[in-house]
Amino acid sequence: MGRYVAQRIGQALLVIWLAYTVIFLAVQLLPSDPVTIFLSTDSAVDQATIDNMKRQYGYDQPLLVQYFAQLGGLLTGDVGYSLASGEPVALRIGGVIGSTMALALSAFATAVVLALAVVVAATLTRSAVLRKVVLNLPPLFAAVPVIWLGLVLLELLSIRWGVMSLFPDGSFLSLAVPVFVLGVHVSAPIAQVLLKSIDTVYSQPFIDVLRAKGASASWIFFRHALKNAGGPAMTITGITVGTLLAGSVITETVFARSGLGAVVLQAVTTQDVPLVQGLVLLTASVFVAVNLVVDLLYPLLDPRILKSNGQGSPRVLAV
Amino acid sequence: MSVTTADQAAPAALLQAAPLLAIRGLQVEYQSGTTAVGGVDLTLHAGEIVALVGESGSGKTTLARSVLGLLPASARISGRIDFDGTDLASLSEKEFCRIRGRRIGLVPQDPGASLDPVRTIGSQVAEVFRLHQDGRRRSRRELRAEVVRLLTLVGIDRPEERLRQYPHELSGGLKQRVLIAIAFSLHPQVLIADEPTSALDVTVQRTVLEVFDRLAKEYGTAVIFVTHDLAVATDHADRIVVMRGGSVREDRGVDQILARPEDEYTVRLLEEAAPARAAVPAASVAASTSSDYALEARDLVKVFDRGGTNRAVDAVSFGVRPGTTFSLVGESGSGKSTTARMLMRLLDPTEGTVLVDGRDVTGLDGRGKRELWRTLQLVYQNPDSALDPRLRIRDIVAEPIANFRLGGRAGQQERVSELLEQVNLPARVASARPMELSGGQRQRVAIARALAAGAKTLVLDEALSALDVLTQAQILALLEELQRELGLTYLFISHDLHVVERISHEVGVMRRGRLVESGPTASIFGNPQHDYTRRLLDSNPGHRLRALAASTK
Repeated sequence: MGRYVAQRIGQALLVIWLAYTVIFLAVQLLPSDPVTIFLSTDSAVDQATIDNMKRQYGYDQPLLVQYFAQLGGLLTGDVGYSLASGEPVALRIGGVIGSTMALALSAFATAVVLALAVVVAATLTRSAVLRKVVLNLPPLFAAVPVIWLGLVLLELLSIRWGVMSLFPDGSFLSLAVPVFVLGVHVSAPIAQVLLKSIDTVYSQPFIDVLRAKGASASWIFFRHALKNAGGPAMTITGITVGTLLAGSVITETVFARSGLGAVVLQAVTTQDVPLVQGLVLLTASVFVAVNLVVDLLYPLLDPRILKSNGQGSPRVLAV
Repeated sequence: MSVTTADQAAPAALLQAAPLLAIRGLQVEYQSGTTAVGGVDLTLHAGEIVALVGESGSGKTTLARSVLGLLPASARISGRIDFDGTDLASLSEKEFCRIRGRRIGLVPQDPGASLDPVRTIGSQVAEVFRLHQDGRRRSRRELRAEVVRLLTLVGIDRPEERLRQYPHELSGGLKQRVLIAIAFSLHPQVLIADEPTSALDVTVQRTVLEVFDRLAKEYGTAVIFVTHDLAVATDHADRIVVMRGGSVREDRGVDQILARPEDEYTVRLLEEAAPARAAVPAASVAASTSSDYALEARDLVKVFDRGGTNRAVDAVSFGVRPGTTFSLVGESGSGKSTTARMLMRLLDPTEGTVLVDGRDVTGLDGRGKRELWRTLQLVYQNPDSALDPRLRIRDIVAEPIANFRLGGRAGQQERVSELLEQVNLPARVASARPMELSGGQRQRVAIARALAAGAKTLVLDEALSALDVLTQAQILALLEELQRELGLTYLFISHDLHVVERISHEVGVMRRGRLVESGPTASIFGNPQHDYTRRLLDSNPGHRLRALAASTK
């Protein structure tokens, strides 16, 4: 167990370091240095200002020095300074991340509840019609783009019926609607994988043995099937973090919420490379952290994982 | 001993009492329109052990499952199943939940997949008591004590420790014991045992069935024992019900059925289950004249380094003469498949040499191995997964020919027809896909494919164990015919001693990676030297059949 945990944490750190390196190299592939690019939109700037600013941000140093200086900064929580505002990138992101986290976490909880509801209804209902309807929900959810659903709801609720403000005003609906829009989209892959693995579980002989013991359908589902099917669903949940973050940015923009979405948009339009760098690194780290949690939780669901340890990663999707 | 001798006085007494379970005119149809069980009558008295025997598709499993109410949703059931005053065929799912586990239990077929892999053994045994509390809540300590008592009852060592273990930490035999403990825990009146040991080795099978017999007798449980193995059935049952095509062909006491089988299908089953000791198969001409080996293992060792080192195969040496059959027998884990894979050069030996036709092939590289596999081929255990489901049979058989670039397209087609004819498959099979064929036909296709590039030596790894007794007999006959006609050499890997005795010229017995004994079939079976060989032969089911065969000789 201890070895498994150490291995996973080591792997997670390695991935973050690799992500940092790839981002750093990608910046070097740009046609020019970040400062020149940032200032190129402004024709009034002379070469002296550019050189001055380059020196200030350290872009005049040799590549290796830059690489290790930035890496060292990373370890002490210093991710550089924004070119546009001069503020530390960490501060710039830290100021808005709370709002995005609230949206993403609520949406995630909604997604899990929705997915579970779909799976419970599909598995336990006796009505064939209801089952068919429910089984078609996840593909529908996956097919509806976040931006479309957001705009449609905004059109209906704010403009047609006027029950919701166009801009966030702290009311229940102004948080609930964005959360719902994002949650629906994220619930789709979770529900699909869970349905599929529940199906696989139900085709196993031990389900018959449970029935022969006298267990009812709901007993079998809640006490056995769910735990067996949980692993793959959890893996896909880890992977949906990407969708969740991307979806947050879109949702925030549609509903005019402040948050990472606005910062990303601004960083990209003003070509603020250090800020973009910080945002990408943040995304990568969140992704790695969530998947690390999934990996660490997996053995609690399925003790067989620890036995196959030492031969690479645990089973990825068993679909 | 595991032999249950029928109590002579019992049948008369049983006839007077009302049967515990009476099936009348039971019919089970699937939505697809197939009739799995067509109008079956069957009675079961308290304490009686009835074996349901038949090949797959005979309806025996469907019949047994309808008693438990465990038919798939697409099944339509009609007729009556009277059990102690209730008609089971008309019960709702909810009512059935109160009967299952408490009054009718199940010992399932595949112990490996029949326990929830993510729950501990202890919780799965205790679950039965939680499901059927009968107005009496047991405390955790009571439950624990009860579970330990049950595990001890079925002969599981260190029960306290097993409680906390998960199914994957237990061997197949132990898992089946746990399942037996679960089935007997509430002293059910009827137990359905669905091929309970067909997934286990003979030696394990025997000890597990001993436990089963003991408990059934102790609790007076009536048992419906579903099996395809007539030898096992005759050893353990009081009565045998032979099924075929959804109906009962014969239903009589074991002694009567052994002495005077009436149905011709029963006669065939009995012949296959207890062949009068076969004359050693005649070796082809090549065999008698040659003293060289077609395939030889010299001091083969395979060490797997997983955690501790494990000598899976330890200094194994033997040779197979051309045109003869050499069989490796042993329990699972004894190293027979590993040995076969090293001989096939699919696995590199840690030490030792492999010789094919006297040539050392141990050091062959990829290209050399490819050449080797023209003459040395493998027929795998499960014909279902060994054939690509998307290809037509003609393309499956033609694949090796195309791979080795033997002949043009026209020549290929001709060769495929010739091969299909050799394995006695009709020509129309060529355009079918694997799904459309029966298990026996698929195994014929696998054999045809193995022969396609001109193989002279076949390694048959449990090649018959997924097949019915009668289909096994047909494939065996085919293998013998091919050996005679083409002078083929076989290395036959099996745990089924009946089959081995019939097909082999020589036999090697493996245990824990070592070849403990080898020699001509007659001397191994007739005069075993090693303790383990004797134990293995003794565990072989079919004591009554053999006794009968011996007495009629």
